[in-house]
Amino acid sequence: MVKQQTKGASTHSLGMTDKVRSVGAHHRETCVKTLRDLLASWATSLMTWMVIGIALALPAILYLLLSNATSLGGGFDGSARINLYLESGSEAQALLAEIRALSEIETAKYISADEALKSFEAETGFGNILLSLPRNPLPDVIEAKPFELSPLALRLLTTKLSDFQGVERVAIDLEWIERLFALLALGERFVTTLGLFLSLGVVLAIGNTIRLAIENRRAEIEIIKLVGATDAFVRRPFLYLGFWYGFGGALVAWLMVQASLIVLSGPIEQLLDSYQNQFLLEGLDLITTLTLFGVGIGLGVVGAAVAVGRHLHTIEPN
Amino acid sequence: MSIRFDQVSKRYEGGREALSRVSFELADDEMAFLTGHSGAGKSTLMKLIIMMERPSQGQVFLQNQNLNRLSKRHIPQVRRNVGVVFQNHQLLFDRTVFDNVALPLTVAGYQPREIGRRVRAALSKVGLADKETRLPVALSGGEQQRVGIARAVVNKPPVLLADEPTGNLDPDLSAEIMNLFQQFNQVGVTVLVATHDLELVRRMGLRQLTLANGQLTG
Repeated sequence: MVKQQTKGASTHSLGMTDKVRSVGAHHRETCVKTLRDLLASWATSLMTWMVIGIALALPAILYLLLSNATSLGGGFDGSARINLYLESGSEAQALLAEIRALSEIETAKYISADEALKSFEAETGFGNILLSLPRNPLPDVIEAKPFELSPLALRLLTTKLSDFQGVERVAIDLEWIERLFALLALGERFVTTLGLFLSLGVVLAIGNTIRLAIENRRAEIEIIKLVGATDAFVRRPFLYLGFWYGFGGALVAWLMVQASLIVLSGPIEQLLDSYQNQFLLEGLDLITTLTLFGVGIGLGVVGAAVAVGRHLHTIEPN
Repeated sequence: MSIRFDQVSKRYEGGREALSRVSFELADDEMAFLTGHSGAGKSTLMKLIIMMERPSQGQVFLQNQNLNRLSKRHIPQVRRNVGVVFQNHQLLFDRTVFDNVALPLTVAGYQPREIGRRVRAALSKVGLADKETRLPVALSGGEQQRVGIARAVVNKPPVLLADEPTGNLDPDLSAEIMNLFQQFNQVGVTVLVATHDLELVRRMGLRQLTLANGQLTG
């Protein structure tokens, strides 16, 4: 530090608390002033916000549809039920207790052959056909609901269950679940990749906008550097610019997602109704909304930091 | 000692030597002129004092601090101790006179009330107390130069540099500006004025440093 001189004109030196307070005040002022400037030239700002908004909205919508599809997959949990067909004359209640005790099993219930026959009768009306047979052809069944639905876990569980004494056969529609999971994984990968590319696009778009802003204020930057501005002071307005571009972009994206949900919800619910499925399209919850704004602001500040890092040091007073 | 140059040379890329083994000292309450034809190295010498340039050889001391030893991080602190007045004013034309003069205080983080008090004091010192809400374009050349001077002294720096401050002004205005510099010098500010107006220098009768082809000749 340069030594303060003691004689003649005195230089005023600021204490530490004053410095912290003044930096805080400058943050506040810069934050507000940057937003005010953006709103003053709202038409230009809106174009940038729209570009960022579209880039954020596209992966956000796809992500929402995907997470809806996942919960829809979970909704078909009947398919993830494992049926254990028991050998006739096996100790059904003891077996049920054993299976309930397994850590992989959430619930299990016993359906005797008689009960199965009755519900078959009730549901299909073909009971008299079975009654015409000499004896009930249906086996005793234990219906088990596993915790984990991943294909691997289900395969392991199936093998384990078929080793139990008294179990004749374990039945589960694995292929259906495997396909669903494969599709969801593909969708997730697709959304992630698309999201990464579009994030890069947002960073570059904001970076370029900030670069132009820096170029426009070249004279001002030179002068404030001359009168003793620190690099942090010079950087600050541009970082806040990135912040507001990201925030505005996220707001535009949020509105776009909400609008498309309104447009999409009708047809989707109709489609699912035809499968007798009660389903309500999930919108943006609080966490997703906060994530959207967090990502927007984060990308904005990163884009600004990149531009500032590349261009600000090239501007020195001359 | 306020400013001390010790065998300072500055070579630019391409081999042009702007300053060659320059040594001089300026005491704390001294005022001096730096003269020489254009391209003699006056601007380079001043740029070394506010760390816009670094010497190729030799050492520059400001307030007994060796500037060679200071990193880039310390540049703002150095510049806050040196007020600079430019020939082309270097004002921000989209801001009022008040905001222009306030810049050094704003970047140093002064409180608004303190800024207002000091800016008004500086403006009244240069005779522009009634112009604080104007934009620089609404002012004459001499008034713009005085805004530049108010900005240079508003944070009471111990050192004041002026690079051709009277270059575009008529003799009366020039004398007025020099008179202002002398007043600052009388309250203890070290003042170094680069000029090629030898007539003015002669009239003032102050110490004169003369540069010719990068060398100090007198």
